[in-house]
Order: sequence, then C-alpha cells, then structure tokens
Amino acid sequence: MSVLKVDSVVMQFGGVVAVNNLNIEVEKGHIQALIGPNGAGKTTAFNVITGVYTPTKGNVYLNNEKITGLTPDKIAMKGIARTFQNIRLFKNLTVLDNILIANHLHVKSNFISSTLRLPWSKAEERHMREKSEMLLNKLGLLHLKNEIAHSLPYGEQRKLEIARALATDAKLLLLDEPAAGMNPHETMALSNFIYTIRDEFELTIFMIEHHMDLVMEISDKIYVLDFGQLIAEGTADEVKNNPRVIEAYLGVEEDAEN
Amino acid sequence: MMKIEKKENNLLKNAVLILIFAAIIVLLDLDIIGDNYVRRVLNLAAIYAIVSVSMNLVNGFTGLFSLGQAGFMAIGAYTVAVFTVPVEARKAIFYIVPQSPLVANIELPFFVALILGGLLAALVAILIGMPVLRLKSDYLAIATLGFSEIIRIVFTNMKTITNGALGIKSIPQMPTMWVFFGAMIISVILIVLLINSSYGRAFKAIREDDIAAEAMGINLFKHKVLSFAIGAFFAGIGGGLLASLLGTVDPKQFYFTMTYNFLLIIVLGGMGSISGTVIASFVVTVGLEVLRFFDDSLVLFGYEVPIFRAGFRMVIFSILLMILVLFFRNGLMGQKELSWKMVGDFFNGKKSPKNNRKGGAA
Repeated sequence: MSVLKVDSVVMQFGGVVAVNNLNIEVEKGHIQALIGPNGAGKTTAFNVITGVYTPTKGNVYLNNEKITGLTPDKIAMKGIARTFQNIRLFKNLTVLDNILIANHLHVKSNFISSTLRLPWSKAEERHMREKSEMLLNKLGLLHLKNEIAHSLPYGEQRKLEIARALATDAKLLLLDEPAAGMNPHETMALSNFIYTIRDEFELTIFMIEHHMDLVMEISDKIYVLDFGQLIAEGTADEVKNNPRVIEAYLGVEEDAEN
Repeated sequence: MMKIEKKENNLLKNAVLILIFAAIIVLLDLDIIGDNYVRRVLNLAAIYAIVSVSMNLVNGFTGLFSLGQAGFMAIGAYTVAVFTVPVEARKAIFYIVPQSPLVANIELPFFVALILGGLLAALVAILIGMPVLRLKSDYLAIATLGFSEIIRIVFTNMKTITNGALGIKSIPQMPTMWVFFGAMIISVILIVLLINSSYGRAFKAIREDDIAAEAMGINLFKHKVLSFAIGAFFAGIGGGLLASLLGTVDPKQFYFTMTYNFLLIIVLGGMGSISGTVIASFVVTVGLEVLRFFDDSLVLFGYEVPIFRAGFRMVIFSILLMILVLFFRNGLMGQKELSWKMVGDFFNGKKSPKNNRKGGAA
C-alpha cells in the first residue's frame, strides 16, 4: 500500500517550471530517496508535499486522502514530519523544549487551563515531558536535554532535528539531505540510525540525499529528478545503470570531449 | 544534599525579599513613609510594568513587532472612564454633547469595568489581528502603529460616549497602592505561567523559526492572534488602571509616542526577559522623574547655565538611550531571568562567559 502518492504534480513559479508532472509513490515501511543534481526541484517537491507550496496542477495523497492545499501545520497533524536542508532548530531553546514544541500539536487543553495549570493540563504536560524524555533516551540525546540547541555539535543537531520530527508522532518522515556536511564515518552512523528509527517507530522514510553511497545502500526505491522532470525510478542498480541518470550527473560524453 | 540546601536557602532569600517589598508598600500605603508624589510615581511604574510585560509577550516572546500598545490601553482606559464615573457626575462632564443613552445610566464597579476594558481590548486586537498578523516585521509594526492611531481618533470623535477631545474627568481613584501592585503581581504571574506552558513554548517556537514551527504542526495564525490578543488584554488592564490613577482620560494621553516608552522599557530590560522588563519599568519611570531637575533652570556661581530648561530632561534621556543601544544591545537581562546566582556572580565580580556584555549593565 502506498502511504504517499504524488499524482502528476506541476509546480510553476511565474514562467519557471520547477517541478513538471511528478509522479511518486512511497510504499509503507520503505526507505525511498529522491535524488538529482542541484536545482533539479527536489526541495520544491518536498515543499509541495508538506504544504509550503500549493501545486499549480496535480494532487498529493496521504493514505489515499487528498492533502493538496492544506497548510503545513494541518499536514503535520495528518502525520507527515520533515527536516530541513539547512537545519532549522529552535536555536535558542533547550533540546527538551525543541521536542516539547513538536508535541504541542497534540495538546488538548486550551490556553487558559494551560496557563492556570488546571489538573488535566498538568497531567497532559507531565505526560508530554515523560514522552519527550523517553524519545530523547531512545535516540541517545537524553543527556543533552538541558543544552541550548545551537550549542550542540553539528551531527547532534541533525539528530535532534530528526528527533523533533519524530516527536510529532508522524508516520511518514521526509528528510531533506540528512547527511549534508557529514564525514563518511558520520554518514555510516546515520544510515544505521535511519534503519533503527524506521523499525523502532514503524516509519516510512522519504529522503533527499546527495551522498550516493548512503542512498544506494539504504533505499528501497530511488527517484531521479532533473530540471523538474522525473528521468528515472527504480532500485539502486536500475538507476545506477540508467544512461539518462549518468547523463544528468556527468554530462554527455561528446560534451566532455569538446 | 548541597543542592537541596541551596534551594531552601534561595527560598528563604525570596521570602525575605518579598516581605521587604510588601513592608515597603504597606508603609507607603499607610502614609508612614513617602508622600503622594512618590506613591503616584510608583503606581505609574507598576502600570508601566503590566503594559511592558504584555508587550514583551508579543514582541519578545512571540517575535511579532507590534506597536499598538497605546491604542489598546486607550480602550481599557475609556472603558473604565465611561462605566465607573458616577451617573450623577456625568451631566457636568458631558456638558457640550450629552452622553448617549446607551451607556448614560450604566455604572459598573471598578474591577468589573477593568476586566471588561481588557476583554474589549482583546476583542479589538483579534479583529485587527486577522488582517494585520499576516504581515511580518516592519510592516506589522507600521500597521499596528496605524491602528493604534485609528483607535485614538475614533475615541476623539465618538463624542457621545467618550466626550471627544475634552476627555472624561472625575473617574473614581483607587484609595490603595495594592490595586496597582496587586494587578501588576497577578498580571506578571499569569504571563510567566503562560510563557512556561505549552502555548508559551509554541510562541517561542514562532519567534525562533516560523517555518519550522509550522512544519511541527503549530498553527501560526491562531497562535499569533492568541498572543496578540492576550497582550492587548493586559494593555487594556494597564490602561484602565491608568485612568483610575490619573482620575481623567483624554485622547492625547494615548498618542503613539506612548508606545515608545514601553518599547524603550522592553529593550532596556531585555527582549524575552520578564524580570528585566519589570526592573526596567521602575528604572525608566522613576528615572524620568529623577531627571526632572534638568528641566529647571540652574544657576552656577551666579551664571545661569543656558541648556537647563524645560525639555532638557528628554535630551539626557535620549543620550542614555543611545548609550544603551550602542553598548548594551541585549538590555539588562537579554533573554535571561533574574536569579540569585546572577546577583551573586555580579557582586563577586564574576561574569558568566556568555553574559559578559549583558550582565555588566546591571
């Protein structure tokens, strides 16, 4: 069953067609990747899925429910969480606060009972804190809970951003270049981390990534985007040997000789 | 073990401090120390603290650059003025245009009128907020400033309710300082509780990064309107208290320059620090009074110093402000709250590594 379905999506900014007729299906429990050269429209595709942009044409479905045109917060509530290419943590807040904020979408108390610390709000807050600490513990970040987010090392910030996305209880996780700026050692650790969270939280993961080793290793299916067009899809081997993909990444040979 | 002892120690220190403050207010209140002038200045400072803390909630914690505080204060002030002046005194006030029969015979107890003023201010904030909060930073500031002026001009022209430019006099004045200080304490406690609740964290998330906040499921618009309306509610309460303190309201009091006083206070105290804002409210309000001697002419050795004249106070004040912005850009407290540790470090000459530019100002 496909969790996410992007159906003939076109995203146009004035005269620029950033994404043209994109079709993607992400299967439940899979790790799938979206790759392509710089400026291919990958992040635009993510922004369409998460509601930052409303597509010019086409639709996005989550578990067969149409989510086109919903605002990002509504889509987050439906169960899609994401990370960003250039880390967007709540920098001046603590690690724990970052996680607690991602829990806010489930808060049932209104602001008055929350402010007055009425019994049910207090219970809700306590439950939220326990849940957040448990999550941090699972991801090995608990000892950092009182640190200010921007003081963490880069790798931990990436991890915290993923933890924050998980805290929304999402079932579909979109990772925008999770390995950007990581050394090979850290990238290896990341691939294990992605496997672990997929199994632990029963996630479906869809990611944009440039580290080909990582993508080829962990993806069940790969989509290749170039100039807004889908030029290939399939398993790592299929994509690796696809002439159009090689052309997109390396250029055509005649060009190189001239 | 050490930690628990320390905690108890701080608790004791807090209790002593609260008792000292309470004792000072009791002594002032019973007219044992100080005079009417001192009491008035301190009451004004308490009102300024309420409005500044509420403005800090919107500007410092939610990251919305709003400059509409004077307008919301006007709503609270006029609500108290219109509904608490005794019915028999109103004829003498509305001697040019009679008061509209809609409100002419309604007289409410002070506290009911005060809360009503806050609620009306919040309601207006919601209506204004719907279109305006879609804007960002400078645009939001300009739009809220404009709305604040619109509110003032509407009050100037609603002669049958507000008595226009003549203003409303004989507003019953509260006999005790506890009304003002009580309101301040309750407002500050409520805002601190709000800031530390899940909603407060959502506000801070919007300040830190609105795109990430929205991606984490926080409805930006709803939370911005909420923060804006709560800020307006407490500004309305502050306005109502001001009406009672002065005993008179007129539209000129709520000129947009008033908002700059609060902006100054929150910048001085530290955007995002409640204790800093409260301290700055008292420093600024009392400071403006202390600097008053610059307004009087000064004769030195039989020579009259020419620059000491009415208005010179504001020149000095502006210079102090420039020094502040140049050298202590984070204000007294930055985003930190006052704690015993901070006080201790300051007196021991220690400076916490990240605090050396901020803490030094205290």
